[in-house]
Amino acid sequence: MELDVQYLLQQLVNGLSNGMISALIAIGYTMVYGIIELINWAHGDLCMLGAFFALTLIGALGIGAWSGPMAAFGVVILLLATAGFCGSLNLIVDRFAYRPLRRAPKLTLLVTAIGVSFIFVNLGLFWGGLPMTVFGEGNAAAAPKNFPAIVPATPILGGEPGQVTLTVRDLMIAGVTMPLMVGLWWLVRHTKLGKAMRAVAQNPTAASLMGINTDRVIGATFFIGGALGGFGSVIYAINNGTIGFQLGYRAGMDAFTAAVLGGIGSLPGAVLGGLLIGVARSLSDGYLEARWTPTLVFTILILILVFRPSGLLGLKSKEKV
Amino acid sequence: MRLKHLALATASLASLASLAVVSLGAAPLPSLQEGKVIKIVSSLPRTGSANAQTTTMVNGIRMAIDEVGGKVDGFDIAYEDWDDASPQKGNWDPQVEAQNANKAVKDQSIVGYIGTFNSGASKISMPVLNKEGLVMVSPANTYPGLTKPGTGEKNEPKVYRPSGKINYFRVVPTDDLQGSVAAEWAKELGAKKVFILHDRELYGKGIADVFQKHGKEIGLEVVGYEGIDSKAANYKSLVTKIASTGAELVYFGGTTQNNAGQIAKDLRAGGVQAPFMVPDGCFETAFIEASGAENLNGKTYITFGGLPADKLTGKGAEFREAYIKKYGTEPEAYAVYGYEAARVLLDAIDRAEKKDRESIRAAVAATKSFVGALGTWSFDENGDTTNRVMSGQTVKDGKFEFVKVLGGSN
Repeated sequence: MELDVQYLLQQLVNGLSNGMISALIAIGYTMVYGIIELINWAHGDLCMLGAFFALTLIGALGIGAWSGPMAAFGVVILLLATAGFCGSLNLIVDRFAYRPLRRAPKLTLLVTAIGVSFIFVNLGLFWGGLPMTVFGEGNAAAAPKNFPAIVPATPILGGEPGQVTLTVRDLMIAGVTMPLMVGLWWLVRHTKLGKAMRAVAQNPTAASLMGINTDRVIGATFFIGGALGGFGSVIYAINNGTIGFQLGYRAGMDAFTAAVLGGIGSLPGAVLGGLLIGVARSLSDGYLEARWTPTLVFTILILILVFRPSGLLGLKSKEKV
Repeated sequence: MRLKHLALATASLASLASLAVVSLGAAPLPSLQEGKVIKIVSSLPRTGSANAQTTTMVNGIRMAIDEVGGKVDGFDIAYEDWDDASPQKGNWDPQVEAQNANKAVKDQSIVGYIGTFNSGASKISMPVLNKEGLVMVSPANTYPGLTKPGTGEKNEPKVYRPSGKINYFRVVPTDDLQGSVAAEWAKELGAKKVFILHDRELYGKGIADVFQKHGKEIGLEVVGYEGIDSKAANYKSLVTKIASTGAELVYFGGTTQNNAGQIAKDLRAGGVQAPFMVPDGCFETAFIEASGAENLNGKTYITFGGLPADKLTGKGAEFREAYIKKYGTEPEAYAVYGYEAARVLLDAIDRAEKKDRESIRAAVAATKSFVGALGTWSFDENGDTTNRVMSGQTVKDGKFEFVKVLGGSN
């Protein structure tokens, strides 16, 4: 195939927009790992519950029927409420499932996280089976649910065949993701809480000797990671338009891969990893065959880990968050 | 390596277990006595998005049993509704299907196994039931290789019949018919360039392959043929590729569970307005719900290896009427196949001289000119129905709408 610039650019746009969503979810993995060295398996499923929460909210408030500026307002409500929901849920999980195990071996914590993941998946299955306007009769709990297209896929650039097309949805993804990442970077680098988080990541014992309430800082980390996952789940659901109780496994797996690729524990690494994987998937779908895509993604991951075991931006030092 | 040892131990345990099953089954089969209860089970995915379909199938089975008053030739018929899906998969699960099959052969009072829904599941249970001569009637499997030599893998269908006898029958026409009928319909709709997708499963790929083969024969240009990642979040990149080929019709061989709705959505969001054609694995309301009706209306075509309930005539129309009266809703497309599978099985039990597995199996195989809800048909030498009527549907105002009869009977 001769190089078709428009086609290539379009695939890059597709890849970046999918990659940004992964990046947002990946941050939840990397933050938690950075601070307590736990791979939080339940994070993807937390995002799945976030998507169900958002859909329920749409049904309850009738957001699906809003249009124009009201729709934009609806998206803001969804984003904030879902972020609050996911953040709080993550905080609760930390309080009751992980905090009692703070001094237990890391493996115990990991297995607990897998358990939490199972609980979430089954909660999602149950949730989807509740009869309500957005779920229909609720007799097909496991069936994929249609998520209303609150943000239309209207092109703002291009739109004609043969042109690179950028849609309102792509803009929304960038508009939600980028400020959040900048905000998070600022929070970690320039606030008291951020400083405390970095301190706990480096050495929890020393941090608590310095008067830092480590449990509160860890709780805050879970809240922020969960809230970002909540933002991610809303833009995931709006962008794809379908949610199901199993989406967490895949979305989580993609994001986790991104976090590892970028260097788990590193915030910029999670973002870079997410974007790279998004673009790699898209180019593979576009130039190779779709069935090779997962193979290609994991081949890249393995190659990078062989040559840089701590990931692209992972540091060997203890500074993680 | 402790893990390795563990795996070895598990593997040897598993083989021991299967040996145990075989030796148990080898005991002589007692013929069931009059006045005793004989059991029929069905193994269908009751958990997951196929639930809406399988619920009406189970209703159909129950209606067939109720019709004869729950009694055949002096024997009480007991029916059990088994699930072959697991919540983890939200779909049929090979492990669960294997458990069901093993459980069924062990219980000597079970003389009929209605199932499965998914062709892949039958691949697992067929050999298990075949060894014990337990008859199996599928109301929904359409993969040709299960019965027809030369249509699937080289060793099919022999590999499913270790005993050499035929114990598997189905009341639905197979995919080789549906795939070619779909290709012909696509041509009729004016498409010249088609892009073919499939979900890389037995059913979906099988049907897409036939579509491709027959499509080329009748002069369609296949501009793309790809297996998708059925768990992907979206198919934007694939849609960009489809758009760049200028395809005039997109065919997806696959099911609702394997993301048919997401493809429909991404096609329209990506500006591809070409018609979208799918096989009967998407012929269920869950497909419309998952896609969003606005993405399907007027430009989606669904082939179905049979007739929708409201187009049935004779016994079939009576069934639909009775069904609506009893359950208050329109039966889903496969309900009547559940009903038909149960009826043909009950009919065979009635005709069988002895009510043991072998006599009943032979009686099912001997079914000729059966007057059923789907017309008058027989089982051929492979265990397939001779009924070949198919239909084409579209989606209008968020509902399936019958367009025409395809294929015709021959």
